[in-house]
Amino acid sequence: MSNKKNWPLWEVFVRSKNGLEHRHFGSLHAADAEMALENARDVYTRRNEGVSIWVVESKHITASNPEHNGELFEPAQDKVYRHPTFYDLPDDVKHM
Amino acid sequence: MSEEQIKNLEEQFEERIARDEKIEPKDWMPEKYRQTHIRQISQHAHSEIVGMLPEGNWITRAPSLRRKVALLAKVQDEAGHGLYLYSACETLGISRDELYEQLHSGKAKYSSIFNYPTVTWADMGAIGWLVDGAAIINQVPLCSTSFGPYARAMVRVCKEESFHQRQGYEIMLKLCNGTPEQKEMAQDALNRWWWPSLMMLGPTDDMSVHTEQSMKWKLKRKTNDELRQQFIDQTVPQADILGLTIPDPDLKWNEERQSYDFGEIDWDEFWQVVKGHGPMNKARMKARVGAWERGEWVRDAAMAHAEKQQERKNKQVV
Repeated sequence: MSNKKNWPLWEVFVRSKNGLEHRHFGSLHAADAEMALENARDVYTRRNEGVSIWVVESKHITASNPEHNGELFEPAQDKVYRHPTFYDLPDDVKHM
Repeated sequence: MSEEQIKNLEEQFEERIARDEKIEPKDWMPEKYRQTHIRQISQHAHSEIVGMLPEGNWITRAPSLRRKVALLAKVQDEAGHGLYLYSACETLGISRDELYEQLHSGKAKYSSIFNYPTVTWADMGAIGWLVDGAAIINQVPLCSTSFGPYARAMVRVCKEESFHQRQGYEIMLKLCNGTPEQKEMAQDALNRWWWPSLMMLGPTDDMSVHTEQSMKWKLKRKTNDELRQQFIDQTVPQADILGLTIPDPDLKWNEERQSYDFGEIDWDEFWQVVKGHGPMNKARMKARVGAWERGEWVRDAAMAHAEKQQERKNKQVV
């Protein structure tokens, strides 16, 4: 096996068409950003799936830990007043 | 973690899967779930990569430009499918290098169908029609498997795969409507690929060691025997349209079951090929390992170039 470093992992985001956001499509290995873009074109857009590609080296992504989902997301669970249905209005009121 | 805590987590985990919740890479999972998925997803990825070799054999000899571009595109898709699957597998904490190492050392398996030779152009037709047909039957249920990255990769693979089967069937159709020699070539290919295609759907249920656990994890949604029956039932009428004969004297429509009865599969042959004694096992691995080794200097050069560019950029910033 080679004693040189392996190609790093990149995450690929593709905009399917203008007006839509870039969405995570998958990942791939490449030596640098330029190669990552070219490989992403070949691996993820062989059938016109995209009009724009972002690549970012996976190590630059900071992810939340699902084990801490409680602390992280529970505070939002008891705040029903953030939703329109929380507020009592007579049925006669229209367009609201 | 105490044993009781682990047991608790395992129970919650099984409940999540039973509720059809997806498992994502950073979620807690039983070690056995991780290992089973690494084994199956990598085996699937290796099959895509090795699966390029029997067809690569015919790219330069395709009979027309139309056939050639289609075959090239199909083989390129298979490379892509291998890459989606390797990426999905790597989310379970195994590196690409380790995966390749397992393939090259023979530790990991790939679909044994690729250990048969492709001796005539009709084999390109039979592979697309039968081998991709069987693969689709295997893969469609996996689009809703419990492990998120695997399910997402399979959705993409299935979307792309249907062209593969159609291009194969079209090749068969053309040969069957051609000269008697061409039709004979198509029949010969069917004769050689039929039984290996049935074996591709895996050992019978009573011999399969992984089925029960895999069903629970939705890594399998139908048993091997169910999938095989489905494949036979949908393929026989397609052979009729081609005017070809399925090489099984025991094949017969069963009115009561509304399904075809079929003859005994030669499982000794299957296990021989799995164990490495198929006609092409050695040639396939030699081609694969050779390509990897011959490409080493290219991979190293690309990395060296990337590092040099990065250094240059860093200096400019200073």
